[in-house]
Amino acid sequence: MTGSRGKETIVAATETAGTTRRDFLYIATGAMGAVGAAALVWPFISQLQPDASVLALSSTEVDLSQVAEGQMVTVKWRGKPVFVWNRTEKDIAEAKGVQLTALLDPIARNANLAADAPATDENRAGEGHEKWLVVIGICTHLGCVPIGHSGEYDGWFCPCHGSEYDTAGRVRRGPAPTNLEVPPYKFVSDTKISIG
Amino acid sequence: MSGHSTFEPKHPALKWFESRLPLVGLIHSSFVAYPTPRNLNYWWTFGGILSLMLVCQILSGVVLVMHYTPHITLAFDSVEHIMRDVSYGWLIRYIHSNGASMFFIAVYIHMFRGLYYGSYKAPREVLWILGCIIYLLMMATAFMGYVLPWGQMSFWGATVITNLFSAFPVVGPTIVEWLWGGFSVDNATLNRFFSLHYLLPFMIAGVVVLHVWALHVVGQNNPTGVEPKSAKDTVPFTPYATIKDAFGMVCFLIFFAWFLFYIPNYLGHADNYIPANPLVTPAHIVPEWYYLPFYAMLRAVPDKLGGVLTMFGAIIVLFFVPWLDTSKVRSGVYRPLFKQFFWIWIAVCIGLGWLGSKPAEGGYVIAGRILTIYYFAHFLIILPLLGLFEKPKAVPASITEAVLGKNKGAAPASAGVSAPQTKG
Repeated sequence: MTGSRGKETIVAATETAGTTRRDFLYIATGAMGAVGAAALVWPFISQLQPDASVLALSSTEVDLSQVAEGQMVTVKWRGKPVFVWNRTEKDIAEAKGVQLTALLDPIARNANLAADAPATDENRAGEGHEKWLVVIGICTHLGCVPIGHSGEYDGWFCPCHGSEYDTAGRVRRGPAPTNLEVPPYKFVSDTKISIG
Repeated sequence: MSGHSTFEPKHPALKWFESRLPLVGLIHSSFVAYPTPRNLNYWWTFGGILSLMLVCQILSGVVLVMHYTPHITLAFDSVEHIMRDVSYGWLIRYIHSNGASMFFIAVYIHMFRGLYYGSYKAPREVLWILGCIIYLLMMATAFMGYVLPWGQMSFWGATVITNLFSAFPVVGPTIVEWLWGGFSVDNATLNRFFSLHYLLPFMIAGVVVLHVWALHVVGQNNPTGVEPKSAKDTVPFTPYATIKDAFGMVCFLIFFAWFLFYIPNYLGHADNYIPANPLVTPAHIVPEWYYLPFYAMLRAVPDKLGGVLTMFGAIIVLFFVPWLDTSKVRSGVYRPLFKQFFWIWIAVCIGLGWLGSKPAEGGYVIAGRILTIYYFAHFLIILPLLGLFEKPKAVPASITEAVLGKNKGAAPASAGVSAPQTKG
C-alpha cells in the first residue's frame, strides 16, 4: 500500500536535487500548524489583561470641599492610593523655594503635561489651583505607600527604604529614582476633581 | 526498522544529561521507536485524542480559575463576568464546557473500540481496569465541574447526585451530611467541589501515565486481535502512528470547533443560566448527556437503594469484563455472533441515554427496565455464554497476513470496520 507512494518520492527526489514536493508539504503543514497554535495561544494570553469590569472603574471623582486646609486624604483610583493634599501657604512657599538644580529628578512626572515638563511647583500642583497637590501614593522605588506629613522635607517619608519627598511630592532623598507620579485628572468644578 | 532502533545521543551535552536521566531516551522509545501494529485503524486514534482533551481541559480550567470565585453569592456572577468582561473569557469557558462533552464522546468511542476488539483480554486486564478508573474519575470530575457555575441545574444536580448516597441504610443520611458539610448543598459543598474539581484532573493525568505505561508493557491490541509476531507486523510509532493520530486529532478538533463556535449551548441546559435557588426545583431536571444512560437505570428500578446499586453496578461490571468474556478469540472481527450482540448492546446504551432524557413516566419507565435488564444480561449472561457456544471464524496467522490478504480480497470481514471514520 505504500509502494506506489514510495516510488513517487524517490522519483521526485532524484529529479529535483534536494527539494521535493514532500519538503514543501512539510513546511506548508508546519506553517499552518504554527498559525493555528498562535491563534489558539492569543486568547489565552489576552485573558490575562485587565478585563472590562476593571477598565470600567478607571475614573474616580473626589469632592474637595470635605478636605480642610493642611489635610491630606487618600482615595483609591484603579486600586492604587492617590494622595489629595490641600496644602498650606507655608507648604507651597517651601516647594516654590527649591531650585530645580537641587532636585534629584527635575522632570514634573505630571500625566497632564508634556513628558519633559520641568518639576516646578506650578507643574506639580493643580492647574490654576496651586494649593491642591494630587499624586499617586506609591513610592517610585519599589511600590510602598509613603507616610504623609513626615520626613525632613515635610512631604512624605517611605518606611520601606527611607526615600523622602518634599511638599510638591518630589523625591529629595533616594533610593527612589523619580518624583511621585501626578495622575491624569482635571477640575470638574472648583471643589471637585475627576481622576482618570 | 520497525521500532527496534535505540536512542543514541550524539551531542555531548545530551549524552551528559542522558547518562544522568534518560528522559529523551524514554520519550524516544515510547513515542518514536515504539513498535505499533501496522493495521491500526482510525478507532485507535482516540487514545491520543483523549490525551489532547485532557490537556485542553486542564489548560482552559486553569485559566477559568483565574477569574472564577467559589462562593455561593459570587460564583454565578463570576461565571457571567467571565462570559462578558474577561478578554476571550466566553471562548475559554465554552472550550471548557464543550470540551467536557468532547472528552466523553471520545472516551465512549475509545471504550466501545476496546469492547469490540477485545482489548480488555489477557494480558491487557490491568490496562483495561486503569481505563475504567480513569472513566470513574472523569465522571466525578465532570459532575463537580457542572456544580461550579451555581445555576439551577448545578444546584439541583448536586442535590440529586449527593442524595444518591442517602439510599444506603443506617449510614446514608450521615454520609450525605458529611458530603455536603451541612444540612443541604451550600457554600461548604461548593468550596469542596471546587477544590476536588481542580485536584481530580491531575489524578486522571497520573492514572493516564499508568494507563500508557501498562499499554507499553503489553503492547497495543489491533483490529485482528493477533499479537505482533515479527518485525514485519509493526511499524515505528513515528511517523506512522504520530501522523495518523495527528490527523485524527485535527478532524476531532474540527468537530469540537463546530460545537464551540456554532452551538456552544446545545449540550447544556437553559436552566443553568438561572442562579441557584434552594427553594425552587426546575420542572424538568436531567443530568448532562454523558450520564443519561445511568440516570435511566436509576429511575428504572422502583426501589431507592436498588436504583442506586443498579446505577453503580452498571459501571462496576465493566471492571470484570476481562473475566466475563470467556471467548478464546480476542477481536470481534472474527466473532460473528458477538458482533451482532455488540451492536445490539450499543443500541441499548443509546436507547438508555434517550430514555434518561425523557420524563420518568409510563412507557419510558417500562422501556427503561427492559433495556437495563438487557444491559446487565449482555455482560453477565451473553458474554460468558458466547465464548462457550460461538463458533469463531478463522483467525489470521499474523497481522501481516491479514493486511496483505485483505488487498487480495481474502478477508472482507475486517474491511468494513477498518474504514477511516473519526466522527463520533
